[in-house]
Amino acid sequence: MNATIARQHDESWRARFQEWWFRCRSWIGFLFILPWFAGFVIFDLMPFAYNLYLSFTDYQIGTQGAPPWIGLENYLEIFTKDKLFSKSMYNTVYYLGFSVPLRLIFAFLIALLLNMRVRGMELYRTLFYVPSVVPLVAATLIFAGLLNTRYGLFNHVFLLVGLPPVRWLSSPDWIKPSLIILSLWGFGAQMIIFLAGLQSIPSDLYEAVAIDGGGGLRRLRHITLPLMTPTIFFNLLIGVIGGFQIFAQVFVMVGVDGGPLGAGLVYMMHVYNKAFRDFEFGYAAALSVILFSIIFALTVALVYTSNRWVFYGDGAEDAA
Amino acid sequence: MIENPAARRIRQLFVYSALTLGAVVMMVPLLWTVSTSLKTRDKVSIRQLELIPDPIHWQNYVDIFTKQPVLQQARNTMVIVAASLFGALVPCTLAGYAFARIPFPGRRLLFGLLLATMMLPYVVRLIPLFLFFDEIGWTRTFGPLVLPRLLGHNAFYIFLYRQFFRGIPNDIYDSARIDGCSELGVWWRIFMPMSIPVIAAVSIFAFEFAWNDFLNPLIYLGSNRDLWTLALGLNALRGFEGADGSLNLVMTFSMLMIIPMLVVFYFGQKHLISGVTAQGSLKG
Repeated sequence: MNATIARQHDESWRARFQEWWFRCRSWIGFLFILPWFAGFVIFDLMPFAYNLYLSFTDYQIGTQGAPPWIGLENYLEIFTKDKLFSKSMYNTVYYLGFSVPLRLIFAFLIALLLNMRVRGMELYRTLFYVPSVVPLVAATLIFAGLLNTRYGLFNHVFLLVGLPPVRWLSSPDWIKPSLIILSLWGFGAQMIIFLAGLQSIPSDLYEAVAIDGGGGLRRLRHITLPLMTPTIFFNLLIGVIGGFQIFAQVFVMVGVDGGPLGAGLVYMMHVYNKAFRDFEFGYAAALSVILFSIIFALTVALVYTSNRWVFYGDGAEDAA
Repeated sequence: MIENPAARRIRQLFVYSALTLGAVVMMVPLLWTVSTSLKTRDKVSIRQLELIPDPIHWQNYVDIFTKQPVLQQARNTMVIVAASLFGALVPCTLAGYAFARIPFPGRRLLFGLLLATMMLPYVVRLIPLFLFFDEIGWTRTFGPLVLPRLLGHNAFYIFLYRQFFRGIPNDIYDSARIDGCSELGVWWRIFMPMSIPVIAAVSIFAFEFAWNDFLNPLIYLGSNRDLWTLALGLNALRGFEGADGSLNLVMTFSMLMIIPMLVVFYFGQKHLISGVTAQGSLKG
């Protein structure tokens, strides 16, 4: 009897030791992620917190010591006095509202076509993808040339088919469409993601529909679309988050003031101007907090409603 | 499904014409760029369709080096690219490996934070980071552009690695560990060699994002012309020459920025798709 207790005692000690040893070893895991974690603290966490704090202060260039705390004044000014706030928000949402859905549709349609066991698929895929590889500044300048009112290719084609030429970059009405056209040229990255998703759909599912006598449209409606909803969701989310932060294209194409009547003044440009031209860092921080809140709310809303339309075939196991 | 041959023929015809039309439209801006980069100055500002310029003005590709210090800008850009590649190859793979394989305390929480930072827009970090780097005297240096990249500060890369590593069978990991291989050994000798597709894909992204970055060099290096990157140089060239002036040279410079990207893409493209999508990385 005593011997049994002693053995149990002994084993429990051993188990505890093993557990302790296992824990120690597992700290190696923490060591592995240390560079990322350091970066997370320095470049994500602290800036995020400090940005929030700044937004309640009147931090300007040359402010010494702690910036003066002004509470909600920045926010009040933004919502009541700042005309460029609503203008730049409108411009950004306008851009997003067209650019994101159009990109998704083009990317999805081309991916569908490419997935139809087309001969020369690799070549077509490359041709559609290559524009997305073109550096943004170069792509923007290329389109600035193509959209030039006097000698650009777009107006050339317009004249050939009998349409009046358009003042793409010098008329307030056409700056945003120009930016949308530029964004469409880069749908290749999303197309690749769609294509990969399409190729992972098991072909026996299609065969099952075919046996039931279903044609192409039914396959699309009942197999492809439901199984592609996670990919569509992913692309939508990334597209919206990216679209809100459009900057370089506008900077290069129409300049910091957003072109004639500020028709191209996007939200990020407003933040940039406030911070790096007017040096009103506190005010710019408040602007950025508002943009963050909008993106955050939208992300939460998308994720929340995604339960209704996104189909996760393999359960939530992967999300752990 | 048995389809009658005529319908099939028509369908194929439709698919090929749609794809070809689309591909041509996508290629026109690039062809126009190549063509314009080889035109003389007086040819660019007249409305005239001319795919192959006459004369072909190769001199643009010589002149551009006198308009901007292109070589210096290329070197500066490569410094940032190199930091980005190092970060993508070492710290990011280590972190991805730990998140995929090592059950350390707090892993779930930390991985949740990692995913959260993927959704964190850059704009909320822009101003505090600038003030921070200004405080320690790093503006007008490569520091702010290089340090985050050296640390592998990119949640997206780590996420891609983690998804790929999770797809590597447990048996391989277990047997290596039983044979006395350390975690570091498993990472370096087994997981890294088995993960060439995802490593290639992430490296392409790392190259591309560093090569194309505009906002950060603009803010930190804008006032220090010696450290300008190609993206800043290209933007400035357009500004100096005016909107109409030397469009041919602007396109020549654009070509100099596009060609390296095309080379990188050409060598990496076969991994790009398999690396990003392996093991359902989009479902996490």
